[in-house]
Amino acid sequence: MNFEFSDEQKQMGVEARRYLSAKCPTTAVRAILDGPDSYDKVLWAGLAEMGFLGVVIPEAHGGLGLGYLELCVIAEEMGRALAPVPFSSSVFLATEFLLAAGSNAQKAAWLPRLAAGEVIGTFAHAERPGAVTPRTLQLLAVDGRLTGVKTAVADGDIADFAIVSARTGAGSDARGLSLFLVDLRQDAVRRTTLATIDPSRGHASLEFNAAIAEPLGSPGEGWPILESVLDRAAILTAFEQIGGADRALEMGRDYALERMAFGRPIGSFQAVKHMLADMYVSATLARSNGYYGAWALSTGAAELPEAAATARVSATQAFQHCAKNNIQVHGGMGFTWAFDCHLFYRRSNLLAVSLGPQSQWENKLIARMRARNTAA
Amino acid sequence: MNFDDTPAEAAFRTEVRAWIGANAPAELKADLESAGFGSLELNGVDAMAVAKAWQKTKAEAGWACLHWPKDYGGRGATPIERVIWGQEEGVYGALGGIFIIGQGMCGPTMMAFASEEQKRRYLPPLAAGEEIWCQLFSEPAGGSDLAGLRTRAEPATDGSGDWIINGQKIWTSGAHYSDMAILITRTDPTVPKHKGLTMFFLDMKSPGIEIRPIKQANGQSGFNEVYFTDVRIPDAQRLGAVGDGWKVSLTTLMNERLSIGAGMSTGFPELFELCCRIETENGLAVDDPSVRSKLATWAVRTTGLKYTGFRALSALSRGETPGPENSIGKLVAGPTMQEIAMFAEDLQAQAGIISDPQIAVANGRFQAMLLRSPATRVEGGTDEILRNIIAERVLGLPGDIRVDKDVPFNQIPTSGRG
Ligand SMILES: Cc1cc2nc3c(=O)[nH]c(=O)nc-3n(C[C@H](O)[C@H](O)[C@H](O)COP(=O)(O)OP(=O)(O)OC[C@H]3O[C@@H](n4cnc5c(N)ncnc54)[C@H](O)[C@@H]3O)c2cc1C
Repeated sequence: MNFEFSDEQKQMGVEARRYLSAKCPTTAVRAILDGPDSYDKVLWAGLAEMGFLGVVIPEAHGGLGLGYLELCVIAEEMGRALAPVPFSSSVFLATEFLLAAGSNAQKAAWLPRLAAGEVIGTFAHAERPGAVTPRTLQLLAVDGRLTGVKTAVADGDIADFAIVSARTGAGSDARGLSLFLVDLRQDAVRRTTLATIDPSRGHASLEFNAAIAEPLGSPGEGWPILESVLDRAAILTAFEQIGGADRALEMGRDYALERMAFGRPIGSFQAVKHMLADMYVSATLARSNGYYGAWALSTGAAELPEAAATARVSATQAFQHCAKNNIQVHGGMGFTWAFDCHLFYRRSNLLAVSLGPQSQWENKLIARMRARNTAA
Repeated sequence: MNFDDTPAEAAFRTEVRAWIGANAPAELKADLESAGFGSLELNGVDAMAVAKAWQKTKAEAGWACLHWPKDYGGRGATPIERVIWGQEEGVYGALGGIFIIGQGMCGPTMMAFASEEQKRRYLPPLAAGEEIWCQLFSEPAGGSDLAGLRTRAEPATDGSGDWIINGQKIWTSGAHYSDMAILITRTDPTVPKHKGLTMFFLDMKSPGIEIRPIKQANGQSGFNEVYFTDVRIPDAQRLGAVGDGWKVSLTTLMNERLSIGAGMSTGFPELFELCCRIETENGLAVDDPSVRSKLATWAVRTTGLKYTGFRALSALSRGETPGPENSIGKLVAGPTMQEIAMFAEDLQAQAGIISDPQIAVANGRFQAMLLRSPATRVEGGTDEILRNIIAERVLGLPGDIRVDKDVPFNQIPTSGRG
């Protein structure tokens, strides 16, 4: 039994943490939250230089050619640091779509530039409030041209290209859906930056007016490809959430040791101790479930979809739980702009729906367990 | 990252599997699989006799208490080998229930504090299930606050050096069938409470011991009151120094939480199975979105515990000490099982109250679970005490303020209304 990251993988995590502590303190997160920029360009360039943007991209395409365990370790550190960069859009989504379904030409065109941080990619899927299903998806693709609107697209304001889900066939089932790779730097795409609950990460709506698009993967195969990429992204995002949860827990713990009330540290009151203990419990469960996902991702196990949903549900619970109770532990201070608690609270609630809502992942988890049970 | 055995572990597993296949009481397998929660009850056979026989068979072939030294009835196995054994023993492990307290808590305490001669005398029969041990710790005035215990041990006045015990223990699991026990007592009431305690071991047949079974809330009688009237214990049966009983008890309790917490079930697989065949008003329960949402939460707690255990095993496998993450086991499993039992009742609707194993769904397993699960949240440290332990030992938060800490024991107020 070796259900643990290797020493080399852990060492990568240590290096990433050291780098991010220096280059991405929470003041850097606030600069994006408060300021005009949509992401931290200096940090982004630095991450590219460290090789972190191309961890799983093959060396032939300019990446490090390492595995998913390495990427999980780095994802966790990005989450801890609340890094205000398009890491998840470019690395967990755009890169994964290209690796999963890109043609050789598409890979050659985009992967080296993704690894180098020269381009930013994202995934545009949601169109309106409510769950995205094959039935509700409306953006139309006709003769390689897209028309319609996508909303709440992460990094939609800065991305150079997007993978876009679109309707190509009649009927309301998944077979009528396909994926396209769209260069967003064309006039037929109008971007509108959106105000969101977490301005430390930019979002936009994208309006496509007969925008030129090239197919990604076979026509009619869009839904299964995106489901499988979302599963992979869910595991990587889970690590981001685990990193955030741990840091929120640590903040709460540290404050509980410092803050005095009634002549004693608030961390000596059981209500506070028990709240923090429960945060530790959910963070620990999420980490163990994350390891399960990491194992599945790195080995390509048949259980990957189930492991992904498990890791996702658990990590979303843990980050939301730790972030909201971190504010509670901080009392009034926790509700100030000046204290960092709200940064974690915002990010936890952003990530909670970034790949589809919790209810959808819960549903997937049980559907997948059921399918395995029936098969067995 | 992988779940694979090392070659040595794989070889060990093969050996274990072959031996269990050839020697385990296969005729009891089905019964054990559907056995309820709480004391083991088997159809038409004497569960105690069967359990003792299986333990003896294991011991004779060197498969009892594997991680103990050979000289004391074990096998000198590594921690990971012990875990592999547990995985392979599977459902037959339930037969070991009556030995858990002795082997899991009393044994390690004896190992750490008894004389060499005593270890050679008592540990092998404990490993072989020939002598059953119980743990005489809790008292009416000392549960969570164990150090508040009042059972007195006083030097005999006849100059023999023996100790004379008077007082009462409560909640002692298995006292009614135990041969031996470890016992914590107060030897000095004039010093603060943690300082005046002393640990002993004793023969449960000693004159002056009276055992009264307590009927539990779930109707079974697993635990007892134990009364001591001038019970005599030779000084040689003292474990640790006079006044060091608290320190000694920490060895026991550490082992208790490890053995209770390891691989605890939450009831999720049983619930999932039920949901695949029972209907709600929206069709099959497992397809009902409101059911799915609940199932998902219990599923990720259950897998989270499983893989938390795997992380600890990996540490063991590398010869390292597992981290503190294992301390969450009972705190997660206990309340989850209770929630699951209540939800299983709800799914069965009006029929959810039927507990007769002959007619109830899943042999009345969920009803037994419902009635037993409150105990899991109390025994071996309540949920609240476990949260304190995580907060203090894992997160480094301050201990609770103890108004009785530096007060001589005999001056601590005893009634909240006084
Ligand atoms: C099935 C079963 C088997 C058992 N077997 C044994 C056995 O074999 N040997 C043995 O010695 N004991 C045994 N016990 C006893 C068990 O260890 C105690 O019941 C347990 O430690 C709680 O103590 P108590 O019952 O005195 O409850 P109390 O300590 O009175 O607790 C009552 C409530 O107050 C809370 N509370 C108490 N102190 C604190 C605190 N500091 N902070 C927050 N909340 C607090 C508790 O969490 C609980 O909710 C068994 C118990 C059960 C249920």
